[in-house]
Order: sequence, then C-alpha cells, then structure tokens
Amino acid sequence: MKHPLALAISAAALAFTTTALADAPQQGGTVNTIVQPEPPGLVLGMIQNAPTRVVAGNIYEGLLRYTTDLEPIPQLAESWDVSDDGRTYTFHLRENVTWHDGEPFTADDVVFSADVFHRELNPSARAVLQHVESIEATDEHTVVFTLIEPFGPFLLSFEAGTFTMVPEHLYAGTDFRNNEHNDHPIGTGPFKFANWERGTVIELVKNDDYYEEGLPYLDGVNWHIIPDGGSRAVAFENGTIDVLPSGTVENFDIPRLSEMDNVCVTEEGHEYFSPYSMLWMNNREGPTADKRFRQAVMYAMDREFARNVLWNGLGKVPLSAFGSNARFQDDSLEPYDYNPERARELLEEMGYDGEEVTILPLPYGETWTRWAEAVQQNLREVGINVRTQATDVGGWNQRLGDWDYDLAFTYLYQYGDPALGISRTYLSDNIAKGSPWNNVEGYENARVDELFNEAATAYPDEEREALYKEVQEILHEDVPVGWLMELGFPTLYRCDVKDLVNSSVGLNEGFRDAWLDR
Amino acid sequence: MLYARLIIMRLFKAVIVLFLIVILNFLLIQLAPGDPAAILAGEAGAADQEFLNQLRERFGLDQPMYVQLWRYVSGIAMLDFGYSYRLGVPVFDLIMARLPATLLLTGTAFLISLVLGIIAGSMAAARVKKPSGSIIMALALVFYATPLFWVALMSVLVFSVYLDWLPAYGFYTVGAGYTGFALVLDVAKHLILPATTLALFFMAIYTRMTRTSMLDAAQQDYVKTARAKGLKPGIIQRRHVLRNALLPIITLAGLQAGQMVGGAILTETVFAWPGIGRLMFEALQQRDYNLLLGIFFFSAALVIVFNIITDLVYRLADPRIKGAS
Repeated sequence: MKHPLALAISAAALAFTTTALADAPQQGGTVNTIVQPEPPGLVLGMIQNAPTRVVAGNIYEGLLRYTTDLEPIPQLAESWDVSDDGRTYTFHLRENVTWHDGEPFTADDVVFSADVFHRELNPSARAVLQHVESIEATDEHTVVFTLIEPFGPFLLSFEAGTFTMVPEHLYAGTDFRNNEHNDHPIGTGPFKFANWERGTVIELVKNDDYYEEGLPYLDGVNWHIIPDGGSRAVAFENGTIDVLPSGTVENFDIPRLSEMDNVCVTEEGHEYFSPYSMLWMNNREGPTADKRFRQAVMYAMDREFARNVLWNGLGKVPLSAFGSNARFQDDSLEPYDYNPERARELLEEMGYDGEEVTILPLPYGETWTRWAEAVQQNLREVGINVRTQATDVGGWNQRLGDWDYDLAFTYLYQYGDPALGISRTYLSDNIAKGSPWNNVEGYENARVDELFNEAATAYPDEEREALYKEVQEILHEDVPVGWLMELGFPTLYRCDVKDLVNSSVGLNEGFRDAWLDR
Repeated sequence: MLYARLIIMRLFKAVIVLFLIVILNFLLIQLAPGDPAAILAGEAGAADQEFLNQLRERFGLDQPMYVQLWRYVSGIAMLDFGYSYRLGVPVFDLIMARLPATLLLTGTAFLISLVLGIIAGSMAAARVKKPSGSIIMALALVFYATPLFWVALMSVLVFSVYLDWLPAYGFYTVGAGYTGFALVLDVAKHLILPATTLALFFMAIYTRMTRTSMLDAAQQDYVKTARAKGLKPGIIQRRHVLRNALLPIITLAGLQAGQMVGGAILTETVFAWPGIGRLMFEALQQRDYNLLLGIFFFSAALVIVFNIITDLVYRLADPRIKGAS
C-alpha cells in the first residue's frame, strides 16, 4: 500500500522539476525557518550535532558536496585527482574564495583544519584521519593527502559538517574552545552570521562576496527557536514559518500540515546521512543473547505497519545491515518479512521460558514512544514477555553506555559508505562502555571483523564488493541488532520557496540555491 | 531601628540557609542518571573515548566528588557560578540575559493575578448571596481546576490561529526591526497570552481566598462597631474588612513572588518565551549541572528574599505584629 502522503511527495517532485525548468530564480527575500533544539554553538568542526549542522552548514563549507546519488561535486575544491594506487588525493582549490572577514582562503587553511583543528576536536574526522599519513600544501591552491593505505570511502569524507574548513588566521595557536571568534563564526559560505538572540532567533545574512556568481538569492535566513512541538506546528500553520526542517514537528502533525494550500513536502536531502533506525539487542546476556531469539524478534515485528501508520508511509523497511543508500548493498538476501508463526517456532526451538525482556524507547518524542508500544504489542503476540521502560535523553545515554538494557531503539547515520557508518556497529574493537554509538550490542565475530577491516582498505571497488557481500550474509543470519527502518524524514515548506533541497545533506546547505517566488 | 535589626538577623540566617541549599542541590543532582559529557557526545552522534575524556577533564568531572563539591562551593562563595557545559558561556551571564524576560512575564502575571483576584474576591464577598457572586466563584473554580498547559494551548488556538489577534509565540516579532515605542507595543502584544495564562491560576486562588477571608472578617465585632457608628458600607469593606482580610493574601503573594524565577517553565516553553524556566528545563535535559545549580541558587535566593519582604509587609498591614516572628 502506498500512503497518500508518499504519493503526494512523488507528485510534488514531478511538479517541482517542471516548474524549476520554467522559472528563472529571483533575488531577494528572507526565509523563516526553525532550528530545534537550540544549538550549543555554531562553530562546525568543534560541534557536529544536528542543530549546529543545519544552521552552520550555510556559514561554513567543506571541500566537496555530494549529489543525492552521493556523487562528489566541487565546493571549495574545484577539482581533484586520485593516484592509481588509491593512496594520493590531490585537491585543486578555488582561487577566488575569501573568508567572511575578507582574508583569502588558501591551502594552508585546509592543512590547518584537517591536520590540527580536526585531529584535536572532531571524533568523526579523527576516524578518517587515522588513515592519513600526511597532508601538504604544495602551492597556495593545491593540497595533497597521502594515505597510509587505500581507504575506499575517502572521497565521501569531505562533507562540510564533518570536515569543515575553519580559518587558520583566526584559530592557529589559540585555545580553540575559548577562541573569541566562536561567538561570531567566520566561514566561506553563502551566508554570514549576523545575530543570535538566545532562546529566540539566529539570523544569517547574505554573503555579498560569495564566490559563486549570483548566489545566494536570498537576503537572509532566520532560524526561529520554539521549544514546543505544538507551537512550531502553529507557527507554520499561521505563516510565520516558511520551512519546517525534518524532525521539527511530530509525525502525526505532518499529514495535516502537508494538506494545507501552498505546502510542499520532500523526503530528499538525507541521502548522505541515511538515518537508519535499529533495535539494539543485548548480545551478552538474557534471551537476546540467543541468535534464534533475535531472529524471532525480526519475524515478530510488523515493520510495514510501523512505516504506514507511525511514519505516514515515509521511509523504507530495510532488508539487512546495509541500507539501500549504502554502497555495496546485497539485495539478494531473503527479507525478514512479518511472520509471527515463524517467530513462535524459533522461540519454541530455543526453549524460551518467558523471561522478562525490557524495551527502551528513544526519548525523542511521541512517535518513538508509540513505535515502542507497537513493537511491544508485536512481541507479546508471539509470546515474548516484554515491558517498556521510560527514560529521558540522559538516562537513555547512560543505560546504553553501561549496557544496562535488553532491547533499545536508536538510529544511526550511515554516511554513504559501509566503512564510515555501518562497520562501527559490528566491529568488536568498537565495543567500549560509555558511548551509545559504538558496538553497543556487544556482537563479536572474528570473521566479520576481518572482512570489514579488509574491505575498508581494499582497492579498487570490485574487491570491496566481494568482501562486503560475505559480511552481509553473516550479519543477516546472526541478526546482531534489529533492522527497523530506513527513516524517511520529510521537510515541509511553502511551495514558493524554490530549489530548497538540492544535495544529499539537504537543508544543511539548502539555502545556498534557494529563492523565493513571491 | 527594629526593622533594621530584623533584616540583619534574617539576612544572616539566609546566608546559612543558602549555603545548605547549595550543598544539598549539588548532592541531589549527582543522583540523576547520565553525565554531561556523555550527553554532549551523544548529541554529536559520534564520540571516541578521547572526546569523552577531553570533555570530562574540561568540566572537572574526572575529579572525585568532594573535590568537585569544594570547587563549586568555593566558587559560589566568590560569586563565580562557573561555565555552562553545553553552551560554554558563564552561567551568571546566561542567567542575567534571561532574567529580564522572565521577570517581565512573571511580574506582569503577579500583578494581574493579585489585583484582579482581590477585586473579584471583594466583589464576590459583597455579593455573597446573589447570582453575580456565584458566577465569579464558579469562574474562579474553573480557572483553579484547569491545567495550565491546556489553557495555554487553547488560548493559542483561539486568539492566534482562529482570531489572529495576538502572536502565538516569542518575545518580539523577528525581522520586523521595531525600535522605541513600537518595540514596547510589540513586546506587550506578545506578553498578553503567556502572562494571562500564568495569571489565571493564582487569580483564582486570590479570588477564593479574598472572599473567604473577607466574609470571615465581616463577622468580627469591630465591623459591627463600625456599622453601629454609621460608617458607609463601602468604607467598612475597604478600611475594616479588606485590610484585616489581607494577611493570608500576603502570605500567598509571598509564595507566588518567590516562584517568579523558576515558576514559568511550562508557559515559557509553550509560548517560546526566552526566560529562565526554559533555560532550566533545557539544562536539566542536558545535565548541564553548573547551569542548573546556578538557576537553583537564584531561585532559592529569591524565595528567601521574598520571605523577608513578606514578613515586613505583614507588619505594615497589621501593626500588631512586632518583634521577631
């Protein structure tokens, strides 16, 4: 069944392409949107959480951008070459780029950002940089990265939010976290920071000296801060807000809002992150330590129902450990379809004695609570004795960090390549207390470790593909975690805001090309 | 002279109480699950051990608890409230930045509820067996019993969505660029819904209390005397009945005033009012302990200050109360 909202999205996408061809962009206007929750700061590179990314992605830039098919396209790097052995990457930078304070952007900024700033502050970039032997500026506009060994996803690592370029002349030699410029971020992006009224609004204004001729079209973007979900929906309804980024209103409000006049919905703009919802299952102890129990959970869950009812028909029911946007996905695996009969058989086979199992919902709002209730009901129907526990974000972090749970909801970004976003969930050397984002389930399989590690550095892609195929088969059989949903995060906007989502990080850099047809 | 000594005594006690509150708050907060570093790392969606260690060291969370407590208490003694973990800004600056908005909201609500509550209560007392008096009391009961968040949501729905008379949220109109009188007017417009919402509950209490208390006072002998010597009913109500009925209302007003810093969490959240209540709620969710403790400190200090003021006002309202209480 295709949900009406999903249909509306395809129709809107169609309409969008035709009008985009017909109209020429107009200059001017300010767009009002929402950031939720209020970000702790705006210096990307120092802070990488979602609210910081969505605002600061318009202030800062990276070397590359990515299309919705995850193909790299130029941002601060105009072009790039990869050596035949896959170890040397040479980036040729744009020559007419200046920072918002007027200083020129050069290769030294790139070396400083990557080699000093990110190595010290940024765990995501650090994970990539451990493959890098040296970073050198060979002239003012050329940077050469030499890798220790080939690293397949290297070209996917330069997205602005993860690998931000920061100005060397303002940060070199200072205490980064207490730098006076943190209050007034200086980037190279299409918008400049103007004002932050804490608790009320963050205002960005057009960068008149932006290197792309004619861009941006908008005079500015105002990010409103409204703590209550109901009030955010009202603000969109009464016209104060033009754009609702995904996750800013509850799912059950979305059908109502998207039926209003002049409101468009798009699911695009999340391909780089491909948020993938999973059910942690504690592999260490209790019934969840048994593979058959975990398989039974997969068969017991009616994931189509959750998608159609709780997620308004948006998103995809996943096949296996690799999401559909991830490279090297093996789509020949047999799906875990909803099959309560099979689940009961498996439970009987393992001799499940009715031991109580707890389930921890993600404390991110009403949709997640309802989803946990639906799963709880599914599991009870096949005879699993399950109880939901309520918690807040702090409690959830601690329970997962201490491995004190049986089943727990989460979602993770996949970053386009298995070596960036997927292997971290299954590698046994990624088991460590204290973080809710590593191998929390405690899955250990030497063959899986070997395959993932080999695949990360194998070269070229055909070699990687074969390794990843085998790993997917093992994971599919072992079910270290439950694969719930490739989440569809809808962005709602007034239809007269044009060209809003045009890359794989969507609104995180969307206002660069957006314009108002008013 | 007497007042001066009283105030000094009370302030001395207040310092001791505050000191105990600081220690108690610090210890209580350790009981909450989750630590700020883990939450910050969680928000970032990626964290290695090095990142967590960096954060814990920066916040001083790697130290034993007694060291943390000592550092905190000695900081407070010098009015240094430390830095917010999440925002990296001095706690004192954050609180001061949010305080005006909160005081404007809670102060307005305080005045509205006190003034209208006393007026409505006196009217109800004077019309004790008439339908108009019953209507006032029925309304007061409704406001008293209705949950605040529901009133807030409904008032947004009616006055902002359907009627479009008043703004639904915020402190001022973003992007309008108002200055001077236009800005004052704009803020006032934004203030109406949240302040009224916040005022309704206390207004209802004041109404009920004023009425009961006035009816009680009206039975007293001195009122009979006043009536016997031929004073007009209006004057009797104001000078003899109301003044004597004020004591319980002052007690309640003191309590409400004490809540002015931290008592508007819900209202501030629904109406996106950039005040202390929201700051506190967010700090709690983020386990931003320094910030949370700072706000607790200010709320506690305010409660103590208003207790002292209440005691002084008692003496003004009823000269019979003297000396230490």
